[in-house]
Amino acid sequence: MTRRYLAVLALSLFLTGGSAPRPIVVASKPFGESYLLAEMFAQLLEARGFPVERRLGLGATELAFQALRTGAIDLYPEYTGTGLTAILHEPPRPDPREAFNRVATEFASRWGIRWLPPLGFENTYAIAVRRETADRYRLRTLSDLARAGGELTAGLTPDFIGRPDGLPGIGRAYGIAFKAVRALGPAVKYQALAAGKVDVIDGYATDGFIARYDLIVLQDDRRFFPPYQAAALVGPRLPREAPAAVLALEELSGRLSESTMRQLNRRVEVDNEPVAAVASDALAELGLVVQGGAGKPASATEERTSAGRTPANRESLGTYFLTQAPTLARLTVRHLLLVAVSLAAAVLVALPLGLLLERTRQAAETTIRAVGVLQTIPGIALLAFMIPLLGIGVVPALVALFLYSLYPILRNTYTGVRNADPDAVNAAVAIGMRPVQVLRHVRLPLAAPVIMAGIRTAAVINVGTATLAAFIGAGGLGDPIVAGLSLSDSRMILSGAIPAALLALAVDGALGVVEWAVKTNR
Amino acid sequence: MTAPLLIADAVTKRFDHTFALDAATLNIARAESVALVGESGAGKSTLLRCFNRLIEPESGTVSVRGEDVRSVDPILLRRSIGYVPQESGLLPHWSVLRNVSVVPWLAGNAQAEQLGRDSLNLVGLDPKRFAARRPRELSGGQRQRAALARALAARPDIVLLDEPFGALDAITRADLQATFHRLQRELSLTAVLVTHDLREAFDLGDRVVVMRAGRVEQAAAPAELLASPATPYVAELLDRARMRER
Repeated sequence: MTRRYLAVLALSLFLTGGSAPRPIVVASKPFGESYLLAEMFAQLLEARGFPVERRLGLGATELAFQALRTGAIDLYPEYTGTGLTAILHEPPRPDPREAFNRVATEFASRWGIRWLPPLGFENTYAIAVRRETADRYRLRTLSDLARAGGELTAGLTPDFIGRPDGLPGIGRAYGIAFKAVRALGPAVKYQALAAGKVDVIDGYATDGFIARYDLIVLQDDRRFFPPYQAAALVGPRLPREAPAAVLALEELSGRLSESTMRQLNRRVEVDNEPVAAVASDALAELGLVVQGGAGKPASATEERTSAGRTPANRESLGTYFLTQAPTLARLTVRHLLLVAVSLAAAVLVALPLGLLLERTRQAAETTIRAVGVLQTIPGIALLAFMIPLLGIGVVPALVALFLYSLYPILRNTYTGVRNADPDAVNAAVAIGMRPVQVLRHVRLPLAAPVIMAGIRTAAVINVGTATLAAFIGAGGLGDPIVAGLSLSDSRMILSGAIPAALLALAVDGALGVVEWAVKTNR
Repeated sequence: MTAPLLIADAVTKRFDHTFALDAATLNIARAESVALVGESGAGKSTLLRCFNRLIEPESGTVSVRGEDVRSVDPILLRRSIGYVPQESGLLPHWSVLRNVSVVPWLAGNAQAEQLGRDSLNLVGLDPKRFAARRPRELSGGQRQRAALARALAARPDIVLLDEPFGALDAITRADLQATFHRLQRELSLTAVLVTHDLREAFDLGDRVVVMRAGRVEQAAAPAELLASPATPYVAELLDRARMRER
């Protein structure tokens, strides 16, 4: 019931115009190259006349693939090795062609999902160390690393630590074991390595940072890492509804070499050039799109990819915020909507439930604890659970935020109503108030400050948690945070984090005023 | 003598297997003031609360105004009987006047506010000074006066008082006792008063009812009680309070 209600509410709030042709939803995983490739797909499609909706930085493999499978997105860039090991859970295959054929066949028969012909470059894992580390331990190959690993600390992405073709794989193939392994986000691992906080990291062969920090990539001398050819992964609906779009995307097949990719990645990741500009340059150089001409995508600079709008690196934070003001205002409004709708729904459910539980006290503690368990699920995990049920976008985000807001409101309502001044409650019963009158005139007003405090707590948690909504494409101030993390752009991260923090303070302050009014004016 | 206004006939009530009331029997006449005394746990408050159905007995019969209370809507019964608890029980978020007018207001009486003002006057609280205040702005004695005013606002013929003056200092208590005594006489109230204070019971009760272990040990006018205690327990109780020396 609640879910349906929320869905309808969200749809009516956020969807406009059902008559326009359905835009093609292009997504990416949250790292620079994925952003760049997705943006190139998007611009190419727009140049060929297709309306496009961008969901860049959607989430890691699991999230992005789920979204594709359930039809929430139409395509995203993926790598054959990832498809083979992380999605099909098969052992890696050393031959690139064999790997591609395998995933192409399996994905088509299992899910009707198509691998378009590879883009041309491979982006396999690269194990990198600082030059001085390589010199000191005489490291040139992964076999050398097996010898020295016991003295080195590795900073690896959670993805790499868990994948069979990641840390467990090189452990078996080379006998590599590190002194310690730290899980690091893709955004910080290069800085951590350069600063000497860790000695070894995993990266990708085409990462722009490898050149930037003068790192040594250790040679995969036993050819352990499987081939990671990049290709567009296309959901079942697109070939059916817009076969011409698939043809347009295939124009990119075989056109991108590793050196081209490394240069493009460097412009995005190291020089922090706008993704949209780099993508548009790349398409122009390939002769696929005439730059600045009629094919110039209007929405490339619009839409939710604030990633695509990073101005040049030299500006101060203040200037950056000024240039981003319209975007930030829009994201703040979206953020507030997410918070307001989910919080309102939580109040509508938790408040009556809290009052009801007061009447049936045996069930109360059990129910409240069960709701409390929801609170212990990490935000990202809860959002991931939502995808198979509700897809991506605003609706699952609202449901997740709604679930997170329930507990403080429910707990405070129940406790507040239950512990309302017993003398007043007993007297109210004794002078002939009906139970509903006792609730309405005594328990509820006496509990009001406690209930308001619960709503306030929920609101502040909600404002913070709503930044995670960006991971499943719901927008809000999490957008620049997620994009900034993926693109190692701290100004972009701050442009989401600072307004989010201010918003939390503002919401807390505003509800504080309401709480005060309730307290003095019952 | 007419039929008793309040009747408790062999009333029994257990809490967790312990007898709070053990076949307690008591008849109270119209306009009579009865004080229930006894040690903690003797069943005084439990018996009091049977009269307005705050407690439902397991066996025995409770009648009010000639009707078995089980045949009366408990809500309407409670509104027809004044009630004064030890801690005033005034609603902290309501003004004094709203608190005092609550019973007629619950009954939908359009004159509720006027009845409240009249009642404040009765107990000696000037409505002009006190009507708009919040309970926390009153002294303890004023709060108990307001609680008494609330009990009387709907002009009930019966008032139940559960240790109403127990938490007050001696001087304030004497003032309130005097006020209550006067009103009980003027308004011909049938009053049941639970108290720990034997002296208060003797001052305010036409009859004093000594309870012990859920039973009525003796019910008699103060003079009779002093003259001939029915049991050694009653005699000892009187001795301990030094009532027989006066």
